[in-house]
Amino acid sequence: MKIAVCVKQVPEGSRRIDAATKRLDRSGEGALNPYDAYAVEEALRLRDASGEGEVVVVSVGPASAADAIRKTLAMGADRAVLVSDDAAAGSDLVATSYVLANALERESSDLVVFGYQAADSDGAVLWAAVADRLRRPVVSQVAELRLESGRVRGKRQTEFGYDVIEAPLPAVVAVTDAINEPRYPSLKGIMGAKRKPQETLTLAELGIEAERAGEAGSRTVVLALNEPPSRGEARRIEDDGDAAARIVEFLLEKRLL
Amino acid sequence: MNLDLSQEHELVRSTVREFAVERVAPVAEELDRESRFPYELVAELAELGLMGMPIPEEYGGAGTDTLSYAIAVEELTRIDSSVAITVAAHTSLGTMPIYLFGTEAQKREWLPRLASGRNLAAFGLTEPEAGSDAGATRTRAEARDGSWVINGSKIFITNAGTDISACVTITALTGEGEISNLIVSNGTPGYGISQPMHKLGWHASDTRELSFEHCAVPEGNLLGERGRGYQQFLEILDGGRISVAAMGVGLAQGAYDLAFAYAQERRQFGRPISKFQAVQFKLADMATEIEAGRALVYKAAWLKDQGRPFAREAAMAKLYTGELSNRAANWALQIHGGYGYMDEYAISRLYRDQKILEIGEGTNEVQRMVIARHLGL
Repeated sequence: MKIAVCVKQVPEGSRRIDAATKRLDRSGEGALNPYDAYAVEEALRLRDASGEGEVVVVSVGPASAADAIRKTLAMGADRAVLVSDDAAAGSDLVATSYVLANALERESSDLVVFGYQAADSDGAVLWAAVADRLRRPVVSQVAELRLESGRVRGKRQTEFGYDVIEAPLPAVVAVTDAINEPRYPSLKGIMGAKRKPQETLTLAELGIEAERAGEAGSRTVVLALNEPPSRGEARRIEDDGDAAARIVEFLLEKRLL
Repeated sequence: MNLDLSQEHELVRSTVREFAVERVAPVAEELDRESRFPYELVAELAELGLMGMPIPEEYGGAGTDTLSYAIAVEELTRIDSSVAITVAAHTSLGTMPIYLFGTEAQKREWLPRLASGRNLAAFGLTEPEAGSDAGATRTRAEARDGSWVINGSKIFITNAGTDISACVTITALTGEGEISNLIVSNGTPGYGISQPMHKLGWHASDTRELSFEHCAVPEGNLLGERGRGYQQFLEILDGGRISVAAMGVGLAQGAYDLAFAYAQERRQFGRPISKFQAVQFKLADMATEIEAGRALVYKAAWLKDQGRPFAREAAMAKLYTGELSNRAANWALQIHGGYGYMDEYAISRLYRDQKILEIGEGTNEVQRMVIARHLGL
């Protein structure tokens, strides 16, 4: 069983927009996208339960994404592939999914696991685009995952309850943060991470023409990217024992109650 | 010159920070209030390999360098000192002597269960009448019929009396003016452990008074060479100072973080108190001193990792961060005003936990003596 996990490095702390490039400012400290930790954890559990196999982490991003990847290796992933190329910067969903799908083709894993969204761009659709490019079935919003006799069975969290969906392998799944509790990397894992195989590939090495990636390969154009509007003058109620009454009074005054 | 931490060091920091925030912080106040030893947390720390960081993997440790260990202790102390000292005393004082001075057989016997965190170890140096003057130890051990028979007492000993404590290494007179170290297993007849001592801070850490009455341990429990006990514990304390200095930085950082957040929430005279220069200057001073203290600690750890002399820098780091943590805890509580004096605000716990950092493992005064000696005075 070979499992690929797609991960992303996201800026740590509050998000800042670079007005000149209309991109997120990624110059500060980065961290593993928190949702991806659930994907890594689930892949490790599936591997360990089956007693064999390999978990390979695949990412597209700047060279600094190696930090986030290092954490996944410290958690227990077996090896990592980072596609890093200046020509890939500024890729939209279409271009990113193309690059990622090419990297995944090369791995031909039985299962591809995604965290259901990234904490920076909040797109929550990349897994669908990649599954489409790979022509593989996809199960999203997975809160419980089982593998049995060449099939994947996902319990899918929806607004109205749960769907249980089964698909043949190879398949793509996107997991939610309800699926498990990701482990902390152990000290041994941290010390051993750098000895694990880590590949960095350029677009050319994947056989991708530069015009299929980055802004050239994107089908969308960012017209504007702005900070959220200020909330204006907020009214602050300090609790001197009567805060509840004063909140009710305020709501009545605004005819909200 | 390169002041960047390696990726491993960064990952140690982020992992321990996450652990401290997610696992330790939610229970720290309760453990303190109930003076309850954190068995569950120790088990989790053990699982992560944090109970034997600098011990090589072949003996069950994680095989990290001193700097990684210092970073981990710093991050734990930022959230809770009781948990941090449990790790630091176990590692630097309990386990390290056996690793540094033990025979291969002693290492094989003790290290796997200590470095893995299944058991805890303690170091018994201080006596009721031998504190800073550690050479004045009165505990005696006599060689008799293939055993060492120990009589005497030790005080303020960390980690000696938990349910998972396995042994204590003690200093004892084995002849006239001759000090040696001996390992005493928990459960040895004649080895008495007091009830937990009541103390100002570090409520969740285990602190005991130990008594030895005709306590016989096998001859083979002598640690290293006979008569080398004094040099051995000086070496142990040199290394231990780095971890206590890391606690000083961690505590100061924790106090600063609490004050920084509170100063922006708390409004007086119509605005957050962080807008007042009196508060800003305190925070600016704290941040500056923390930066300086951290640099000292990391340098001492780095020197040790390079195999170079580090005792002078370790004493300087311990002295500086001990006093820095005092100022930081004091100012941070002052910024909290009356709320900071209440148990429900974490700063009150940090304030109580701070003082011992200027006393334990060598008082400020002893550090100055050590530093003066290194200056050639």
